[in-house]
Amino acid sequence: MTATPVTVSATAALALGDDALVLSHRLGEWAGHAPVLEEEVALANIALDLLGQARVLLSMAGDEDELAYLREERAFTNLQLVEQPNGDFAHTIARQLYFSTYQHLLYGRLAASQSEFAPLAGKAVKEVAYHRDHAEQWTLRLGDGTDVSHERMRRACEALWRFTGEMFQPVDGLDVDRAALERDWLDSVSDVLRRATLAPPEGPRTGAWSAGAGRQGLHTEPFGRMLAEMQHLHRSHPGASW
Amino acid sequence: MATAAAHRTTGAPAYGAPHADPDGGARQRAFDAAVAADERVEPRDWMPDAYRATLVRQIAQHAHSEIIGMQPEANWITRAPSLRRKAILMAKVQDEAGHGLYLYSAAETLGVSRDELLDKLHSGRQKYSSIFNYPTLTWADVGAIGWLVDGAAITNQVPLCRCSYGPYARAMVRVCKEESFHQRQGYELLLALSRGTPEQHAMAQDAVDRWWWPSLMMFGPPDDASQHSAQSMAWKIKRHSNDDLRQRFVDICVPQAESLGLTLPDPDLKWNEEHGRHDFGAIDWTEFWDVLKGNGPCNEQRLTQRRHAHDEGAWVREAAAAHAAKHAAEHTGKHTGPTGVEQA
Repeated sequence: MTATPVTVSATAALALGDDALVLSHRLGEWAGHAPVLEEEVALANIALDLLGQARVLLSMAGDEDELAYLREERAFTNLQLVEQPNGDFAHTIARQLYFSTYQHLLYGRLAASQSEFAPLAGKAVKEVAYHRDHAEQWTLRLGDGTDVSHERMRRACEALWRFTGEMFQPVDGLDVDRAALERDWLDSVSDVLRRATLAPPEGPRTGAWSAGAGRQGLHTEPFGRMLAEMQHLHRSHPGASW
Repeated sequence: MATAAAHRTTGAPAYGAPHADPDGGARQRAFDAAVAADERVEPRDWMPDAYRATLVRQIAQHAHSEIIGMQPEANWITRAPSLRRKAILMAKVQDEAGHGLYLYSAAETLGVSRDELLDKLHSGRQKYSSIFNYPTLTWADVGAIGWLVDGAAITNQVPLCRCSYGPYARAMVRVCKEESFHQRQGYELLLALSRGTPEQHAMAQDAVDRWWWPSLMMFGPPDDASQHSAQSMAWKIKRHSNDDLRQRFVDICVPQAESLGLTLPDPDLKWNEEHGRHDFGAIDWTEFWDVLKGNGPCNEQRLTQRRHAHDEGAWVREAAAAHAAKHAAEHTGKHTGPTGVEQA
């Protein structure tokens, strides 16, 4: 029996890798700023898991450092959701809730598939289950905590809602039932929000401009500045190894 | 052993006993015997008030150092030049938060709370290691911190694994394992730079030049100016003098610097054949005391960021507490259900 050569879809590997890379970077910005020491540990832990996933995915598409440090903003295909600035703790948690629920459902499906992403997804789905649980628990604490935290969590969920539709746009080489994924995602997130005494936001989940935008390399303004910081040192020493 | 352990069992129960100590001298003698016999003092044991206070001060300062120490390194997380280095640095900063947590727990066994200690840090009533008041100006500083600062910390902390207070000694075993891993990673980072481009090599040398003397200051004032040393050594909290540990560190670093291909910024540093150790130049103690008093390059910035994180996080901690209170009430309700089984 000859092994079927696996053709890696660079497009899909980059899309998933960029999501993990960019969100990991954002979470790394929390180091030394978290509201409680336990969250210093938890946020760094999640950031590290995501960075590990990013490295595997980017390596499937090429050289991880070349891809991370030498592409321009227009060549990054991450979701706009993950590049959103951290904001307050509620914003960070809302972003985590939306993304980790999506990633958990997606990786669960990929792990059970024949796709080239199955081995990665099989390992990552365990990490992501923890991220999802962390985000859900904090959504409950903040939503159903004090009046102040409830209001902050409500605003964060609404502010980021418009970026959630993009997760279900088609990606070349990523063969999943997107409609079912979106249904499961909506069910799960709505349920968590309701348990957190928050109503699922009513606004649109994609804007006229943002539909599929990050995946096409169209990003929001804060992203360029994030990349400038991330890439500066690497770009200052062309060809150096670290 | 039996005689020494008497400090645990003499007379009335040691723990929770009010000032009723009809024979205070007996407890003191039992404590002294236990320490002399290298036994571990545990949280429920009787201990002199001054011993307790010294440990609280030292463990809290150690915990604070881990927490403040996250800042100079976190300063480079978002700029790390490769994904591998970024992962290593993130893991390291995460470990430091974890060390802070162990150490606050160890301090809490002495009857203080983490909140109380953090409050003392934020109000400047308790200190942290003065090394973290120096800025990280280039990527190579991350390597210099790993190699020199963590190296100095390990030299200081390995003897603490045998410290007379059990919870502190046990925390140190775990901390030292992770610290020595970080130290090797820092060394390896500098080695990569030293063997890299001329610009990278210069960056590594510059970082070592800036971090060498502050690292030597981590061992504290010279023995003749160290106010707590004699008592701490008698209590076996401390096992070696500041100057002894500093000497040990210099002797370890010299050959390491050579194999890194980097120099140490001390023209007086040379091997002393007669004493079998390296002689080294005079430390600038004026700078040391100045940084300790709050006038170092980053004292203000470090404390401000720490206070800011704490203050900005207050609403999150309040939310968690409010949620837990509601939830606890719910749980009580659930468990009083007629079947005794948790209701949905």
